[in-house]
Amino acid sequence: MRTPIAYFLIVSAMLFSIGTVGVLVRKNALIIFMSVELQLNAVNLALVAFSRMHDSLNGQVLAFFSMVVAAAEVVVGLAIIVNVFRRRQSTSVDDAAVLRG
Amino acid sequence: MPLDNVVFWVFAPISVGSALAMLFQRNAVHAALFLIINFFTIAVFFLVLGAPFLFAVQIIVYAGAIMVLFLFVIMLLGVDGNESLIDRLNGQRPVAIVLGTGLVLELFFAIRAGIGFSAKAPADFDAAVNKGGNAAALSRVLFRQYFFPFEATSVLLIVAAIAVMVLASRQRRAITRAEQAAEERSARTPRTEPA
Repeated sequence: MRTPIAYFLIVSAMLFSIGTVGVLVRKNALIIFMSVELQLNAVNLALVAFSRMHDSLNGQVLAFFSMVVAAAEVVVGLAIIVNVFRRRQSTSVDDAAVLRG
Repeated sequence: MPLDNVVFWVFAPISVGSALAMLFQRNAVHAALFLIINFFTIAVFFLVLGAPFLFAVQIIVYAGAIMVLFLFVIMLLGVDGNESLIDRLNGQRPVAIVLGTGLVLELFFAIRAGIGFSAKAPADFDAAVNKGGNAAALSRVLFRQYFFPFEATSVLLIVAAIAVMVLASRQRRAITRAEQAAEERSARTPRTEPA
């Protein structure tokens, strides 16, 4: 393999930062959630790149675990968003500013 | 130019571009579709990096299951394109963009200081680590060294499934004894309608 590992890490860093800006800037709860998924994927890419660099499979196993946790997290998060929508008729995070039932 | 270099330079701009497109997209459905493109490019990177099992898992779990769930919820809740441009905090948007750019630069310098831009991966990954195929090698590590965490994830998935059933069902409030008595009383004496 001739591509330096750092190139993959730079792509991963850019995707992570785009996800961070997405979480901070967007108002729609669904798009904020998608940005969090983008961040998780960027970290997975970095893990697999490091696993390739150090000639070990531990990074790939950790990326696999993070995918499992992400699947569980997405399901619960989307259920919470659906519940908030039922109560407030909106998915904007600005409308969910009052922390009570 | 070696093949993995070509694949990287073709897919890296698509990956970053689709992520940016997701960020700037007003329509939630379009944002989800751009995110699917991004997940596919990350799967291709996994393939280049010698992880064909994770390539398959990435496409099945992320591009398949998770994004279908996202699209389902977007369709269920209805697409509202008018995201308000008024910030609750003053200047949140510009500060977020400046901080995001700063994060990229910081990570860039961290990578340069950490491993350098010319460090190449060892050449014999498939022969040394992926012996007998990536899936077999991964399962050897997963079921020996990481057996207990693997079992713990099964508990996690069951808890998540139960949690979603609890969250998604419309909760009916239990009727208290006092309310029941009040209801019976009002049923016995006909209510006088206010004029």
